[in-house]
Amino acid sequence: MRAVARAAWQGAGVTEQPPQRGWREGARAGLPYAGASGVLALSFGVVATDAGFPALAAVVMSAVVFAGSAQFAAVAILTAGGGVGAAVGAAALMSSRFVPMGFALGPSLRGSRLQRALEGQAVVDSSWAMAARGDGGFDRLYLFGHTGVQYLAWVLGTVAGVISPSLDARALGLDAVFPAFFLTILAHELRDRRRVGVAGVGAALALLLVPVTPPGVPVLVASTAALVGLRRS
Amino acid sequence: MTGGVVVAVVVLCALTTLVLKGIGPFAAGSRELPAPAVRVVVLLAPALLAALVVTNALADGDRLRIGADTAGALAAALLLWRKAHVLVVVLVAAGVTAGLRAVGVG
Repeated sequence: MRAVARAAWQGAGVTEQPPQRGWREGARAGLPYAGASGVLALSFGVVATDAGFPALAAVVMSAVVFAGSAQFAAVAILTAGGGVGAAVGAAALMSSRFVPMGFALGPSLRGSRLQRALEGQAVVDSSWAMAARGDGGFDRLYLFGHTGVQYLAWVLGTVAGVISPSLDARALGLDAVFPAFFLTILAHELRDRRRVGVAGVGAALALLLVPVTPPGVPVLVASTAALVGLRRS
Repeated sequence: MTGGVVVAVVVLCALTTLVLKGIGPFAAGSRELPAPAVRVVVLLAPALLAALVVTNALADGDRLRIGADTAGALAAALLLWRKAHVLVVVLVAAGVTAGLRAVGVG
């Protein structure tokens, strides 16, 4: 229903704002992504315990860090013999994309700057992309609902992973869940030629940088492909 | 790996994520973005997501590498084009990757 209304609104080209989508709608839309997140978290639990993390530490990490790519990066660095600084640095680079995402989200949040910073913690890739209204604004409650179900799945999935240490994440192909997950969110984004072009440039920039920069940097630099938006389409 | 290292990594990762997710909303406050910035924001998602896809499907750390997971991601792309459900997409990607590894590919 709501989707139809939104489509009609966009088609009619009227200037009135479409209604804000609420947290229930966000939670419902987030469920399939939560399922995928759960599978990812399961593989994180397995990988982290394989790397020597105590089970509790892996679960706590998921609960307090709640950033898949950063967690995998930190554990991978430790497994490869890196120190605390290298592990945290890699995780920070993986999460650096949240800085431009947060700037974009800020005006759609509420309250003081501090409260906005707190509300901004609710960002994950899929909720941020799907809460976007297409006019630069975001549906705040929708974002909370979408992220909420993913948070539960992320923590519970990690629990499942640490109590099944005999699983072989690689043999189960769980490392392919990550790109497939992001591909699903990306598919929603490729609505016009401009976005497809930006996605292509972002992908190319990232691939060029992979051999010459630490992990995380290619993704951050790829975000500059969006600067083409400074020009009117 | 000692317990101290694990605790330090978990605590520091939590703090950096807190800052990285919070700094944008903190700095932006209630200011509405100017029109050119809005157009950039709208395009951030495809740029970031495409980069996340290729760095996960085609790279292993700092090396470019085509493996069984690349085939899994391709299968996912095909299913998405056919409008499949996200869970089906994710599970088939894992299944294709696992199957290829089981027969010794990648």
